Amino acid sequence: MLSRRIIPCLDVRDGHVVKGVRFRDHVDMGAIEALALRYRNEGADELVFYDIGASPEMRSVNVAWVQRVSDLLDIPFCVAGGIDSVERARAVLHAGADKVSVNTPALLRPPLIDELAAAFGSQCVVVGIDSQRDADSQWRVRSHSGDPSKMQVHARRTLDWVAEAQQRGAGEIVLNCMGSDGVREGYDLEQLRAVRAVCAVPLVASGGAGTAAHFDDVFKDADVDAALAASVFHSGAISIAELKSGLRARGIEVRHD
Amino acid sequence: MIDAGGANLGSVCAAFARLGIEPEVSRDPARIAAAAKLVLPGVGAAAPVMRTLREHGLDAQLRESNTPLLGICIGMQVLFNRSEEGDVEGLGLLAGDVCKLPASPGLRLPHMGWNHLQRRRPSPLLEGIADGAQAYFVHSYAVVGSSDAILETTHGSGFAAAVARGTVAGVQFHPERSAALGARFLKNFLDWQPA
Repeated sequence: MLSRRIIPCLDVRDGHVVKGVRFRDHVDMGAIEALALRYRNEGADELVFYDIGASPEMRSVNVAWVQRVSDLLDIPFCVAGGIDSVERARAVLHAGADKVSVNTPALLRPPLIDELAAAFGSQCVVVGIDSQRDADSQWRVRSHSGDPSKMQVHARRTLDWVAEAQQRGAGEIVLNCMGSDGVREGYDLEQLRAVRAVCAVPLVASGGAGTAAHFDDVFKDADVDAALAASVFHSGAISIAELKSGLRARGIEVRHD
Repeated sequence: MIDAGGANLGSVCAAFARLGIEPEVSRDPARIAAAAKLVLPGVGAAAPVMRTLREHGLDAQLRESNTPLLGICIGMQVLFNRSEEGDVEGLGLLAGDVCKLPASPGLRLPHMGWNHLQRRRPSPLLEGIADGAQAYFVHSYAVVGSSDAILETTHGSGFAAAVARGTVAGVQFHPERSAALGARFLKNFLDWQPA
C-alpha cells in the first residue's frame, strides 16, 4: 500500500532558507543543504523548495543550489517558484529536481501545463494552487501570493482550476489553503475534501498544520496523499520522526526505515 | 551510464558518487562496449529513450551485450518488448509488455510516493533488502505478470518493481531517491556477478 507522505516545505531566498508567517517578514534559517539533510535524516518523505522571491520579482530559480541539493539528497524533491517556461523547467530538472511546481505562471498562461507535461511527462509536473474562500462562499484562486503587495484575486474557481490543471497534464496538485496558512489551527478540511472529490491525481494539503492531530485529520477526513508543512517543522514544534511513529500507531500508513 | 536523455541522469550519477563510484556518462558505442557495468536511467516516456538509443546504434548493441545492465524507471520499461505508452517497441531483452496501471476510484495515478516491495524470487541484487521495505515510485505505466520479477509492488494491481534475468536487471522504483534502500540496491548491482 502506498504510504502517506510528510513533506517539509523550505522557503528559499537568495540561496538561504527563510521562515516567517509566509508572505511577511522572513528570518534567515541558514544554508539550504544543512536543513535539507536534517529533514531527510528525520524521515521526511520528500522536500519542497519554494523560491519565494521568484515569481513576484520576475526572477527565475538559480539552479546552482538545486544541483547541490540533488547531489546530497537521496529522497525526492520538488522546486517551486519562478518556473514559467519549458526552458526554465528543463534547467531545474536537469540540475536534479524530481518535479517542478508551477503556480502563478500557469494561471497567467494555462498552456504552460500542457507544454511541461509534453516535454517531461506528467509525473514531473506539479500545479500549486493558492486558494481562499470569498464572501460569496466560493473558493477562488490567487496569484503572486509570494508578495502581499502584488497578490491578485482571480475570477477562476478553485475547483474548476483543479479540473483544468489535470486535463492539461498536471501529475500532482498542491492545494495551499490561504485562510488557514500560518495560523496552525489545522488544515482546511472542508476545502480539501471538496478538491479531493475532483482530483484523481495525487493531492498535497498545505496550510494550517499546528499539531500532530491535524495530520491525522487531513489524512483520514480529506484523504490527501501528502501533507506539507513549514513552520511547525522549522520551529521544532513537531518532530517528523515522532509525527510519523504516531501516525503509524493510529493506523495511517507512513514510510519507516 | 548510458545517456539516453533522461532528466534523472545527474541524480543517478550522484547516487553512485555517494557510493564512491564516478560513472562515465556516454552514448558512444565504443565506450559503452568497454564498460564493466551499464546503467540506463530514464524518466518521462519510452519513445524518446528508444529514439536516442536507435540514433546511436545502441539498441542493437544492447541486444547483443553480455555486460550487466540496470534499467531504471523508463530505462527498465524499455527492456521489455513493447510499451503501451505511445505504442513503442522496446529492446525486447525481457518478455512482456508495459501497460498503463488500472485506474479506479480512490487509486491515484501517477503512482507517486513510497510503496512496499514484496520479494518474489531470490537474487543477489536483494542482499540486505527486507521483504516489505519501501521505495520511491513515480510512474503511470508498469509491467504486470513478469516471470522475471524479483520484487513486486501493489497499486491497484501487482506489478514488477524489480526484474532480473541473465545479465539484465531493472527497477521501476527510483533507487537514487529511495534513501538507504536505494543505495543498498545500487551497491548490490555494483557487486553483481551474473553468470
